[in-house]
Amino acid sequence: MDTIIQLTYLLSAILFVVGLKRLQSPATARKGNSLAALAMLLAVIATVLDTQILDWTWILVGVVLGGVIGGTAARLVEMTAMPELVGIFNAFGGGASALVAIAEFLATPGVGASTTGVTILLGTLIGSVTFTGSFIAFAKLQGLITGNPITFPLQNIFNALLFLAAISLGAMTLGVFGSGDPQTLFYVFCGLALILGVLLVIPIGGADMPVVVSLLNSYSGLAASAAGFVIGNTVLIISGALVGASGLILTQLMCKGMNRSLANVAFGGFGGTAGVDRSEIGQRPVQSADAEGVAAELGYVNSVVVVPGYGLAVAQSQHELRKVGDLLEERGVDVKYAIHPVAGRMPGHMNVLLAEADVSYDKLYDLDEINDDFGNTDVVLVVGANDVVNPAARDPQSVITGMPILDVDRARRVIVMKRSLSPGFAGIDNDLFYMDKTLMFFGDAKESMAELVREVRELA
Amino acid sequence: MGEFDLMTGLYVFVLAALAGREVITKVPPTLHTPLMSGANAISGIAIVGAIVVAAKAEGALQVTLGVIAIAMATINVIGGFMVTDRMLAMFKKR
Repeated sequence: MDTIIQLTYLLSAILFVVGLKRLQSPATARKGNSLAALAMLLAVIATVLDTQILDWTWILVGVVLGGVIGGTAARLVEMTAMPELVGIFNAFGGGASALVAIAEFLATPGVGASTTGVTILLGTLIGSVTFTGSFIAFAKLQGLITGNPITFPLQNIFNALLFLAAISLGAMTLGVFGSGDPQTLFYVFCGLALILGVLLVIPIGGADMPVVVSLLNSYSGLAASAAGFVIGNTVLIISGALVGASGLILTQLMCKGMNRSLANVAFGGFGGTAGVDRSEIGQRPVQSADAEGVAAELGYVNSVVVVPGYGLAVAQSQHELRKVGDLLEERGVDVKYAIHPVAGRMPGHMNVLLAEADVSYDKLYDLDEINDDFGNTDVVLVVGANDVVNPAARDPQSVITGMPILDVDRARRVIVMKRSLSPGFAGIDNDLFYMDKTLMFFGDAKESMAELVREVRELA
Repeated sequence: MGEFDLMTGLYVFVLAALAGREVITKVPPTLHTPLMSGANAISGIAIVGAIVVAAKAEGALQVTLGVIAIAMATINVIGGFMVTDRMLAMFKKR
């Protein structure tokens, strides 16, 4: 029986890897996700067989409660709110891992300076940081707290001291030095870990969320792995490691997409409006157009590239955008979508929105794939994006210098749909808006886009 | 689970992370959100640990912690896989 259980765990681990592998193509991805779900089911079955469960009541209560909440949330969530949902699910994953470690501590009195003791503390620390950190990320994304960085003097030094205090408390809990009741010390340790999670995320601004969400995703994997070490379960270690690797890769890609180091994102307090001279912003003349004018610009050309940004998600106008794209294609215009890696609030955010609106995924192009094409593009339509198309990135003096941008200013005509001339997350003006080839189409993206649909339809 | 050896555990962890890196590096940017929410669901594997600790919990505190852990992990697993499926169903080629 034990062999069968172990082999089931092994099969589960294999299916997790194979399932992730299928995510390499949109055609096989859905099957891959189902395989991973099957792997999870097998792991749970093996665990149930492996564990002597005397009382099922509470376990079932937990499963039913979690299943109903998770299932309802998954079915009802708007695609525009995916970053928030992933953020909060992440919090629960981290929290669960932390609780496993905490419960194991309570069940093993006098654990002392053993490997078990160290893994318990590690699991508690990473899990707790993931838990509160993800909650703060969720609150920022949801607008419950300000999306701007929350900073205070000597913040990084304070955080470092707090981290050292947590480590010392951990050592005292295991009886490495000092004295005191291990249980009390452990509770204080938990408290510090929870506070650390909050402090690590509050100084990070809204548009840096793709990095934070990815990093917390990685942490939730590491927390699961640590929980695996605590209870001595290989499948936990393996799946946790897979998630940890996935989150780390996404973190690196997002940092690269902004040309900033992880340290700069985590400790830089970048973005928002603090300390930026805004007096010049929006003072220069621009050319603006109405929906009719924009429709005329779009309807009689050969190629249009759409550049969506976070503004599209906020206005939830992805469906109207698709209609504009469809109408243009019916008129024989070649329509593509250019997606910047950090557009939106999480990796791949724009792709999901456009997929929801039924835009074929082979029309979506990454920065590397499309940047050389802008020179041959008739019109670029920028919808609610700003920093990712700011030519200031080529200026060595700029705060966003070196950030890879979509070279939309190389197209023959640029149309920018935007609420106002207000700066993007980086807090700097965008020269693109003032170029001779640029037309500003001001207004709420949802209404403007609906007007645009009507006007394009009426074109002769 | 039988005898658990820390070193073996570390080997497993490192090799799994390397395998994960190989597989996940090749996921195209267009699928990064489903990758993230799918990975998120996988991190709900903590449910396994939660069942183990809940099964042997003694006293109200441990039972409560165990049940909360199971509930949180289940939210993560069920919600994560379902929403990923919902998203992936939308990725179509016309």
